[in-house]
Amino acid sequence: MTHYTDDHDIDALAQREIALVDLLDRLLGGGVVLSGDLTLRIADVDLVRIDLNALISSVSENVPSPFEDLN
Amino acid sequence: MTGDPNLPNRTSSTGQGGPGPGPLGPDETFQDVSGPAELRYVYAVTRPFEGVLPEEGGRGLDGEPPRLLHHEGLVAVVSPVPAADFDEAPLKAHLEDLDWLAGTARTHQAVVTALTAVTTPLPLRLATLCRDDDGVRRLLEDGRARFVRALERLDGRVEWGVKVYAEAAPKKAAAPVAPPSPDKPGAGRSYLQQRLAQKRSRETESRNADALCRTLHTELSQKAEAAQLHRLQDGRISGRTGQNVLNAAYLVPRADSEAFVEQVQALSPEEGGGVTVELTGPWAPYSFTGIGDEEGTA
Repeated sequence: MTHYTDDHDIDALAQREIALVDLLDRLLGGGVVLSGDLTLRIADVDLVRIDLNALISSVSENVPSPFEDLN
Repeated sequence: MTGDPNLPNRTSSTGQGGPGPGPLGPDETFQDVSGPAELRYVYAVTRPFEGVLPEEGGRGLDGEPPRLLHHEGLVAVVSPVPAADFDEAPLKAHLEDLDWLAGTARTHQAVVTALTAVTTPLPLRLATLCRDDDGVRRLLEDGRARFVRALERLDGRVEWGVKVYAEAAPKKAAAPVAPPSPDKPGAGRSYLQQRLAQKRSRETESRNADALCRTLHTELSQKAEAAQLHRLQDGRISGRTGQNVLNAAYLVPRADSEAFVEQVQALSPEEGGGVTVELTGPWAPYSFTGIGDEEGTA
């Protein structure tokens, strides 16, 4: 079993190629949601072609924007 | 990391505006009818920080280092991007293109990662866009109270991702059971017993995976300041065999990361047990940007 017990190993972990699916979990499911001048509602995007619905945690109703009431 | 070949690098706007008004006359230009040719893409909000972004990974969507737009004690990290790609209609079209989405997401991530070397950034959702610098300032003003609260809460923290996969049945159990041949006495019964054993084996694996998820999540939540469950990933898209049974994120002080990672390792089962634990990170605290808005609900 591998042990990531020192900084070097943690760095190595950080450098590893990030799976797109993990990245999109965060970039489309996390991150501050707010209204720029243009706020694209990702949920409005028709993502059927690549079945992104299954890929992205965020497209669902379960991530309410904490910022919406500002506008 | 940067200069992704999948990213379109259009500087002109031809062909991007949907149904156009027909051929442009000699004196007409795109800008005349469509507002600014450039928009502002905002990656993250930070406090003012010392130091410079690392060159590697510190390039934005335009291929240049991102700009830091200071406004009343906050910093927006932005790049100019062509309206032809990022205005509402073309952006919607682009987001259906997995290669474009991947390139944009990786660049966004690279900028945020570069920021983590010098500060704790508050990452924004992919594709947060403003018309111009004034729009970015308004964005900082409007969100100010929440930005300040979140930045304070997240200062010095990182996010670790932990996923658990229940692997498909081990090879020996995967071999199909030969159907009974009618001329062997007792063959039918033996067949049923084998089938039953396989079913039990699968149920045991499933129970093992469930138990491990509960243990992991309970223990890691105690170590972490906050936890967040992501939706389970679809194997058809992640390309992984095995069923994703836990997809969680944990907020951990950077200084405690080593202990946290050790804990994950200690709780991970030996290889070959049918259950796999996968660790990713450290991430900027993407999954915890709403923290402080809903205290204690992690």
